[in-house]
Amino acid sequence: MVIASTLTTNLSILVLAGFIGFVVISKVPNTLHTPLMSGTNAIHGIVLLGGLLTIGLAGNGTFNKVILVIAIAFGTINIVGGFLVTDRMLEMFKPKPKAKPDTTDAGKGDGGDGKAS
Amino acid sequence: MTAVPLATSFVQSQSFLDVLYIVAFGLFIQGLRGLAGPTTAVRGTRIAAVGMAIAVIATLLNPNEGNWGLIALGIALGAAVGVPAARQVKMTAMPQMVALFNGVGGGAVFLISWSEFRLTHGYSHTATYIAIFSLFAAIVGSVSFWGSNIAFGKLQEIIPGRPITLGGAQQVVNLVLLVLAVAAGAYIASGEHSQGIFIGMLVCAALLGNAVVLPIGGADMPVVISMLNAFTGLSAAATGIALNNPALIVAGMIVGASGSILTNLMATAMNRSIPAIVAGGFGGGGAVEGASGAGEHAGTVRSTTAADAAIQLAYASHVMIVPGYGMAVAQAQHAVRELTKALEARGVEVNFAIHPVAGRMPGHMNVLLAEADVPYDQLEEMEEANQEFARTDVSLVIGANDVTNPAAKNTPSSPIYGMPILEVSESHSVIVIKRSMNPGFAGIENELYYEPETTMLFGDAKAAVTEITAELANI
Repeated sequence: MVIASTLTTNLSILVLAGFIGFVVISKVPNTLHTPLMSGTNAIHGIVLLGGLLTIGLAGNGTFNKVILVIAIAFGTINIVGGFLVTDRMLEMFKPKPKAKPDTTDAGKGDGGDGKAS
Repeated sequence: MTAVPLATSFVQSQSFLDVLYIVAFGLFIQGLRGLAGPTTAVRGTRIAAVGMAIAVIATLLNPNEGNWGLIALGIALGAAVGVPAARQVKMTAMPQMVALFNGVGGGAVFLISWSEFRLTHGYSHTATYIAIFSLFAAIVGSVSFWGSNIAFGKLQEIIPGRPITLGGAQQVVNLVLLVLAVAAGAYIASGEHSQGIFIGMLVCAALLGNAVVLPIGGADMPVVISMLNAFTGLSAAATGIALNNPALIVAGMIVGASGSILTNLMATAMNRSIPAIVAGGFGGGGAVEGASGAGEHAGTVRSTTAADAAIQLAYASHVMIVPGYGMAVAQAQHAVRELTKALEARGVEVNFAIHPVAGRMPGHMNVLLAEADVPYDQLEEMEEANQEFARTDVSLVIGANDVTNPAAKNTPSSPIYGMPILEVSESHSVIVIKRSMNPGFAGIENELYYEPETTMLFGDAKAAVTEITAELANI
C-alpha cells in the first residue's frame, strides 16, 4: 500500500501544481510572454535533478555514465542559459530614468551590437 | 548497489531534503508571480533562480549521491555552452534560443528515462506506475527534443521555413509513429525488458518530433514553440513522479500549465485550432488560394517616398506604429526608436500596436522594443489598439503583414478569415514599409495594400525608417 499512497500523493501534488500554474501564469501580461517562456524554460531545466539523482546509482557501466553526463550537461544548459537570458531580457523592461535626450542620434544608427545596455 | 530499484531508495530520502524541495518550489511559484508586472519581474526570476539553486543543493546532499567527478564534468560542460550562448544571443534570435534551450531540456528528460530503464534492468522490481511515467517522459521528452531542434533549424533558417510536408500521407505517418511509440511503451510497461524495444520507442518518438514540426510554417512558430515548452514541462513532471521528487513534479507541471496557456492564446490569436496547426501545412494550400485571389483586386498600389512619408508623419497628431517580424529581421528596432523620439520632439503622440502573434514567439515584439528602450506604456495590445485606430492619423506598418490583413474580417473565403487583426485600415492613412509585394509567410495577398488610404514605402525596414528620420530633420 506504501507505493499506492506515494502515487496518490504525487498525483495530488501534480494536480494542485497544475491549478496553481494556471492561476499564476494567467496573470502574466502579453508584454512579458517572451520572458515568461524563457523563464519557465529555465525552470524545466530542473530535470537536472533527475540526472543528478540517477548518476549517483550508476555504479558501473560506461554507457550509463555517458548518457547521464550528457543529460546533466543538457539540464545545466537549460537552467543556466534560461535564467541568464531571461534576466537579460527583463533588465531591458525596467523603466529607464527618463528625460535624457543627450544621446547623439549618430551613434544609434547601427544597432547591430545592441546588447544589454 | 546497481540492482537497487530506484523507487525504494528514494522513498527513504530524508525529510530535510524534502523540506528543501518544498522551499524550492515555493520560490518558483513566488518568482513566477513576480512576472505579473515589468517592475517586479527581474526580482521574480532571481527568486526562481535561488529556488533552483536550493533544489540542486538538496539533490547533491542526497546520501546516495556519487560520481562527483562526472557531475562536475556535466555541469561544467553545460555551463560552458549555456553561459556564452545566453550572453551573446541577439534579441531578434530569441525564439531560436528558447527553442534550443527547450530542446536540451527534452533531451535530458529522455536520456534520464533511458538510464532509469538500464539501471533497473528494464524496470524489473519497479512499480508499474513508475515504469509508465518514466516511459511517458521518454516519449514526450524525445518528441520535444527533436521537435525543438527542427524549430530551431527553421527559425535559424538552416532548414527552410516553408512547410515541408508529405502531403495527405502526413497525418497517417504521424499517427502510425505515435501508435508505434505508445505500443512499444505499453509492451515494456507490461514486463518486457529488452532494450531494443526501448530504443525502438525512442526512435519512433524522435521521428514523430520531426514529422510534427517539419510541416509547420514560420508564421505558426509561436504556437509550436509554446506547445513544445508545455511538452518538456509535462515530461519533467512525469520524471518527477517516476523519481518521487516533489520539486520536479511542481516545476514541471507549472511549466506544462504555462506552455498550455500560451499555446491556447496563440492559437486563439490566429483563429486556428491546435490540431489544425499540428496537422501543419498552412502555407501550402493558402498560397494557391492567395495567388488566384490576387487578380480580384480592383485597386492599385501607390508607392511613396521617405520624404513624403516624413511630411505625413510630421503633421500628424497621433501615429500608431505596427511592428512585425520584418522589423526584427531588419534589426530595425533601434532605428524605429530614433524615429519615435524625433516625432515626439515635434509633439506627435506615438504608440505601438502589438498583435499577440507578431514575431516568431509570444511577446517577441515587446522584447525587441524594450531592447530599443521604448517605454512599455507606449505599447498597446490588440483590443486597446483597435479602439485607437479611428483617431489615428497615420499608421506606420513596419514589417507586419498577415496580422493587418482586412481579408481576415471581410473575405470569408480567405484562409485567415476569422483571425483577429489590427484594424489598421480604420486609421486616416496608412504607410506600409515593406521589401516588395511578396506575400507573407501565410502566402496570402494583403488587401490593405490596395486600399485608397494606403501608400507603400518599398525597402529594407531599417534603411527606410532611418531615411524617414533624416527627412524629418529637414522639415
